[in-house]
Amino acid sequence: MKTESYVRTEMLGEKSPPATTVGLIGWVRENLFNGWFNSILSVLSALALFFVLEDILPWIWRGTWTGTSLQNCREVIQATYGEGVTAACWSVIGDRYHQLLFGFYPSELYWRPILAFVGLLVALSPVLFTSMPRKFLWFSAVYPFLCFWLLWGGSVWLPLSALAGFVLGYLAFGSVGKAAGNLAAVIAAILVPVLWWLFLAGNVASGLESFIPLELQHVESAKFGGFMLSVTIGVTGIALSLPIGILLALGRQSDLLILKSMCVGFIEFIRGVPLITLLFVASTLLNIFLPPGTQFDIILRVIIMVTLFASAYMAEVIRGGLAALPKGQYEAADSLGLDYWQAQRLIIMPQALKISIPSIVSTFIGLFKDTTLVSIIALLDPIGMSNTIRSDTDWNGIVWELYGFTAMIFFIFCFSMSRYSMYLERKLQTGHR
Amino acid sequence: MKRFAFIGALTAATFAAGFASAGTLDDVKAKGFLQCGVATGVVGFATADANGRWDGFDVSVCRAVAAAIFGDGDAVKFTPLSSKNRFTALSSGEVDMLARNTTWTFSRDVELKFNFVGVNYYDGQGFMVPKALGVTSAKDLDGATVCIQTGTTTELNLADFFRKNGISYEPVPIETNNEAIQQYIAGACDAYTTDASGLASARATFENPKDHIILPEIVSKEPLGPLVRHGDDQWMDVVRWTLNALIEAEEYGVTSANLAELAKGTDNPEINRLLGTEGNLGEMLGLSADWAQKAIAVGGNYAEIFERNIGENTPIGLSRGLNAQWTDGGLLYSPPFR
Amino acid sequence: MTALSDPPKEGFRLGMLIYDSRYRSMTIQVAALVGFIALAIWLVSNTAANLAALDKSLGFGFLMEPAGYDINQTLLEYSSRDTHLRASLLGLLNTLLVAAMGCITATIVGVIIGVLRLSHNWLVARLMTVYVELFRNVPVLLWIVLIMAVSIETLPQPRDFRGDNPAATMKVFDSVAVTNRGLYVPEPLFSRSLGNTHLLGESSLRFDVSNDLIVILIALFGGIYAAHRVRVRADRIQAQTGLRPTTWWQRLGLITGPTIVVLIALGFHLGYPALKGFNFSGGTYMRNSLLALWLALSLYTAAFIAEIVRSGINAISKGQSEAAAALGLRQRRIMSLVILPQAMRVIIPPLISQYLNLTKNSSLAIAVGYMDITGTLGGITLNQTGRELETIMMLMLVYLGISLSISFVMNWYNDRVKLKER
Repeated sequence: MKTESYVRTEMLGEKSPPATTVGLIGWVRENLFNGWFNSILSVLSALALFFVLEDILPWIWRGTWTGTSLQNCREVIQATYGEGVTAACWSVIGDRYHQLLFGFYPSELYWRPILAFVGLLVALSPVLFTSMPRKFLWFSAVYPFLCFWLLWGGSVWLPLSALAGFVLGYLAFGSVGKAAGNLAAVIAAILVPVLWWLFLAGNVASGLESFIPLELQHVESAKFGGFMLSVTIGVTGIALSLPIGILLALGRQSDLLILKSMCVGFIEFIRGVPLITLLFVASTLLNIFLPPGTQFDIILRVIIMVTLFASAYMAEVIRGGLAALPKGQYEAADSLGLDYWQAQRLIIMPQALKISIPSIVSTFIGLFKDTTLVSIIALLDPIGMSNTIRSDTDWNGIVWELYGFTAMIFFIFCFSMSRYSMYLERKLQTGHR
Repeated sequence: MKRFAFIGALTAATFAAGFASAGTLDDVKAKGFLQCGVATGVVGFATADANGRWDGFDVSVCRAVAAAIFGDGDAVKFTPLSSKNRFTALSSGEVDMLARNTTWTFSRDVELKFNFVGVNYYDGQGFMVPKALGVTSAKDLDGATVCIQTGTTTELNLADFFRKNGISYEPVPIETNNEAIQQYIAGACDAYTTDASGLASARATFENPKDHIILPEIVSKEPLGPLVRHGDDQWMDVVRWTLNALIEAEEYGVTSANLAELAKGTDNPEINRLLGTEGNLGEMLGLSADWAQKAIAVGGNYAEIFERNIGENTPIGLSRGLNAQWTDGGLLYSPPFR
Repeated sequence: MTALSDPPKEGFRLGMLIYDSRYRSMTIQVAALVGFIALAIWLVSNTAANLAALDKSLGFGFLMEPAGYDINQTLLEYSSRDTHLRASLLGLLNTLLVAAMGCITATIVGVIIGVLRLSHNWLVARLMTVYVELFRNVPVLLWIVLIMAVSIETLPQPRDFRGDNPAATMKVFDSVAVTNRGLYVPEPLFSRSLGNTHLLGESSLRFDVSNDLIVILIALFGGIYAAHRVRVRADRIQAQTGLRPTTWWQRLGLITGPTIVVLIALGFHLGYPALKGFNFSGGTYMRNSLLALWLALSLYTAAFIAEIVRSGINAISKGQSEAAAALGLRQRRIMSLVILPQAMRVIIPPLISQYLNLTKNSSLAIAVGYMDITGTLGGITLNQTGRELETIMMLMLVYLGISLSISFVMNWYNDRVKLKER
């Protein structure tokens, strides 16, 4: 067989690509200087970045941690870097960081909010990460009472007797349900705990307290402040708004005209007014709406208004979750002969809630950020606390350090939560395909 | 679920308030502490230190009242209030008394239904300007930008003053004192107006206090005093006479240093009546006989409180001025204890 | 035997209200209504009892009393002798002003950033991500006070402009002054002005309308309408003959001509700001509280709008851009002709709620001393009159009205651009 000499028999070795398309240069050309428009953009953004950082970084870096007052800070910085140099006075953070975090909470009791916060993470983990063992859900159910006890202190029997109400309700539901049917069971499950809370719980708690005194030092809510206050308001607001939001969402979806219009009216009203007006209501009007002589402290009033606020937004989130469920789920539930509440409890809600978790997390982020508004009604959240710190003669006139610190902590909280929500969204997306 | 835990707490709170009608003094005694409304932070008048302990000129009045009732200046809890919710907090019973540099005016006394128990600081609204502006009188401020704190009588006085003198100005309303000072220092306003005491205390904290002057005009009367709700005269008497006791103590030279000695009895019947070694004034108030001793013991007499918080040796450096005893040409004049 | 096939004949029993699904929904609704009315009665009676205890009465007469305070930036004329009602009205106008300005800038910035975040330029995309995360994850109140603090601390004060060798100078041909009190720009003036028309007499709602402005607008819109007629005529000629007459210069002339003539007739000139006494005078200006609030609200909301735009663009299937590329469209034309119009349908509903959020967040003006309705009606008026109940209720109703109108208008727009499905 004659070899055709004009056909190459062996492949040529691969040539390395031109130097301008590989390595650092290639990457830079591809990603930064790809066309005149991109080149201009790159140069402009690099310049902008440089001008912003040029001032800020040395200011942060040269800051002093050792000053004892703003005046002293200025002297220290002038002594180190020469006349006319301004730099941060971080010592205000060193001196007052505990107030920015915990407010006026007694310092020997800081372990309690810290423990409550760690407990919060543990209690949330089975809800947020499905890989966690289901048994942890028991802890999640008990956690609100534990948290209440840890933060406010007082007798352990008060939260325990409140918890007992739920257990009683559950028992009543089971026993009456067998004897007298579903509806009677629901009525019993509501009536028994309410009667318990109204008439017995207080006496039982104080009785048990005199037998087995077991209490933490009581801390009144006026001592709450800083980030602890923001987290308390945010988390309770979201936790309490969840059941109300579910009911509102179901009401809005229902065929019952009066019920529906009441729910729609409530949701649209709350969503139509700014949170700050609701906080004004909490700070000046709520006492007027309640029976004469009723009196409870401003933080509880704020939590009530924030809960109402959040439940309207929660209702819309859950409505979105309900709408995303395929119609087949409802029909399948009907065809199994489940009644409305059974269908909701066993089929619809578990799925709808799962779909809505990312939106619930973003609602929470929004609410958590909005808790800064309480500074306007003179509560000492991080911004309100900054103001109090600045009225100390030592730190009068300090601005950026306190705001910067507050902004950083908010950023860390909210950024990690939004990352989590994105992770979850991705996971849910693959689940649907 | 947490809701019900709170309802437990709420009902407890409701029951606790059940005897709110019994008279404030009895309520306070039953609670075991005094609830006092103060400012969220005014240098020298109400500030919280790194341990969260409140101190200041206004705060001292609260502590004295608490001491008169309980013998303990720490049996008091402080509620920081904004200028917006201070009156609601008092009228709704959230606080038992308000000591939050509040000006005694007709409408607050009559229309808002409060009783001012007296005056603990005679103030007046003034102006501060940078020396570099070359302004010597408030009437030179035509066209100036003026920083004010909102929610006070200050903005009304300011509008009236400029209107009366037929000159124009541009108001910059600001929510808190600290932010107003920040704007003033940065030159975002030409003048800062508030009560003269506030101006002095603000100037004290500046980097270069000497570069700023306080103009001679005082454009308003600002008698600042503690106040209580209408309709509880016994409680009003307790607060009023505690304040008077502090003033009277200064007049008769009773200080925290010589208190123990004078309490053994003196030749001056007025001092004896004040300190409870003679007569039964304490009993008439519903307090113990040595109520005034305790009130003075906690922070000293009026002069001591003044000197410690805002006096000339503090960074704020206020002189007594109108707030001197009547015997020294001031306005402080306590009715006699008899 | 017939009885077996007949349904059991029953009269109405009380139990059917609960167990019969025909009546049950009615029962539940009536129960809910009764509960609601009972709650309302309870609240109202509590309020009445508390007000009686405080010896206060409900009434809106205070709105007609003189306000006594001044407002530094107003859209209509105002003095401290005007009523609380007028002060509230000016506050409302200020709220609407900052909300409208904020919505416009937030949309522009948001769309740019959302598109740039998808850019192939590594640096730009990263920077935009940093921007979005930074603004989204820090409370808007903090941004407002921070931007206010930056403007106060870094911009020059008016007295820096003074002297032979001033520390600061005016920008743009000496016509714009940027100070830490606000932004001063030239104002339009008319030397042969037609004056103002004074409407609604001396009432609290009175306002002036500039006759000059009306004349100019008539000229402008008349020109635009004439230009439109010319275009329609050109279209007709093109349809009949296939040749399109050149009309752009006619149309340009028709639009600009009458307006310029009117402006000259009125003696239009610019009034420049100049440093007089303590402040700049002449020209028109925007206080830095308004600037800071506007900037903070726009930048904050823009971060959210950017995310909405980005996800809207991502929601358009890749096939669309590939198809457009196959037609030979350039990258930027693909974006503007193919992707964005489709993405709009996904973007608009969440955009509405961002507009609502921005409007509601504008109530934080109180933190920088911008006198919006929360600052006037819900701020100083509340403080000076002690009418918490009336003022806060009015405040809530006003915001509710604004929110409902915005969502009404935007939903109407959304319905119009929605894909008409067959």
